[in-house]
Amino acid sequence: MKMVSAVIKHYRLDEVRKALLDAGVQGMTIVDVKGFGRQKGQLEVYRGVEYEVTFLPKVKIEVAVPDERVEDVIDAIISGARTGEIGDGKIFVYDLQDVVRIRTGKRGKEAI
Amino acid sequence: MKGFCRKIPALLAFILTPSVALAAEGRIDTGDTTWLLVSAALVMLMTPGLALFYGGMVRRKNVLGTIMHSFIALAVITIQWILIGYTLSFGPDVNGFIGSLAWFGLKGVGVEPSSYAPTVPHLAFMIYQAMFAIITPALISGAFAERMKFSAYLLFILLWATFVYDPVAHWIWGGGWLSKLGVLDFAGGIVVHATAGVSALAAAIIVGSRRGYPEEPMTPHNLPMTVLGAGLLWFGWFGFNAGSALASGGLATVALVNTHTAAASATLTWIIVEWLRYGKPTMFGAATGCIAGLATITPAAGFVTPMSALIIGIAAGIICFMGLKAKGKIGYDDSLDAFGVHGIGGVLGTLSIGLLATTAINPGGANGILYGNAHQMTVQLIGAGVVALYSLVVSVIILKIIDWTVGLRIDEESEVQGLDVTQHGEEGYFF
Repeated sequence: MKMVSAVIKHYRLDEVRKALLDAGVQGMTIVDVKGFGRQKGQLEVYRGVEYEVTFLPKVKIEVAVPDERVEDVIDAIISGARTGEIGDGKIFVYDLQDVVRIRTGKRGKEAI
Repeated sequence: MKGFCRKIPALLAFILTPSVALAAEGRIDTGDTTWLLVSAALVMLMTPGLALFYGGMVRRKNVLGTIMHSFIALAVITIQWILIGYTLSFGPDVNGFIGSLAWFGLKGVGVEPSSYAPTVPHLAFMIYQAMFAIITPALISGAFAERMKFSAYLLFILLWATFVYDPVAHWIWGGGWLSKLGVLDFAGGIVVHATAGVSALAAAIIVGSRRGYPEEPMTPHNLPMTVLGAGLLWFGWFGFNAGSALASGGLATVALVNTHTAAASATLTWIIVEWLRYGKPTMFGAATGCIAGLATITPAAGFVTPMSALIIGIAAGIICFMGLKAKGKIGYDDSLDAFGVHGIGGVLGTLSIGLLATTAINPGGANGILYGNAHQMTVQLIGAGVVALYSLVVSVIILKIIDWTVGLRIDEESEVQGLDVTQHGEEGYFF
């Protein structure tokens, strides 16, 4: 099993959600985050005082998937999140040791 | 104890005897009274408006502490005003410097009209003026936002209202020496904005910069809140300036039109300057610009033509913008620009009377330089200069005394945690 985590632009979230549903994903978790990548921050001016805002708001999604579905899910996220502009975000994939469904106690792939 | 017991009936009589004698209906104009009462309510709303205007500009950990600075002035200064503030400001003149204590506790202040506003009940004039006394010390709170001890703040506004606001109000509006000199201030360019602005500068320097200023970013946490506050201030300012005609009718109308015109032209000027200078017109700039225009037109609102008001607004936009930039160069931390907007705007507006006033608008006023009277500018310069100096000196004394006794600032740990938790035990937001 893998955990697919992606940092994307807020306004692409709904497109990504639809693409993941079409790819057969059953659930996902999102969280508001701030950060920077190669885009760096942006300059903001308040009453003539300039501030370099280093951390920009993004949304992070997390999806647990069986190994064979990883590529589909990555494709779905890209199709939903990509605008071609700087700041589209990144996808991280890492191993997922176990999953437990709390209600039934079921574990592993079936619990996803 | 026995002596005190014997005094109780006299004390009760003082508290319970109505100074309100319902006799003077004849000379009272209902239109004038209505407008002045409505204006009092409008000006009252400016103080919560100021609370939101300032509240949005600070970091989120200080939002309630900042709002509280304005809001609590409504309570503290109202009590100060009805007990001693009103009589010190408007009571029978003592040597041109201060009002006597003859009207202590509103003694003799009833529904009979006063000489200040001959067609409205004296009490209506009193409560209208109370609203000015309330918002003025609250304006200063922008200078030491995010670091002042609440107990020290309460003490400061009480002393400041008594020793700065009340005497200056007397000099200009209460028949004191500056009014006899001919100084004109329609709605408080000197009495409200210059006193508050100059005292704010003193306070910013004496209280000292916020920890981390200017290296650490201290961006406003909620600009929509600031814009809501600016909207309420703009709305309430119609009562502030047009109410200062103290009657309904032509002069109130001119003052209202002038107020709105200057606010609009200053807003537009401010964002144009920003646009040229930084490439983008900001909402924060528009909100700041309207307040600069409103503060600047305040002393002149009932003495100039609407075209002059338009020019005054443009001057406010440019000069207050430059004033804010000067802060960064000189290095004091007037956190929310109480001096840059109100001090500079108030003085600029006061001097604009010397240039643009015309008796065609207000026969009770004077002509300025452009209408052939250079003398008025001299008088306005004296008025603004003397009041600025007086406010500066007395504010420094008050602040130093508070610093030596209760202390002005919260400690380092509290400043990091914020005013809300350390001063008030609550938080503005849970999310």
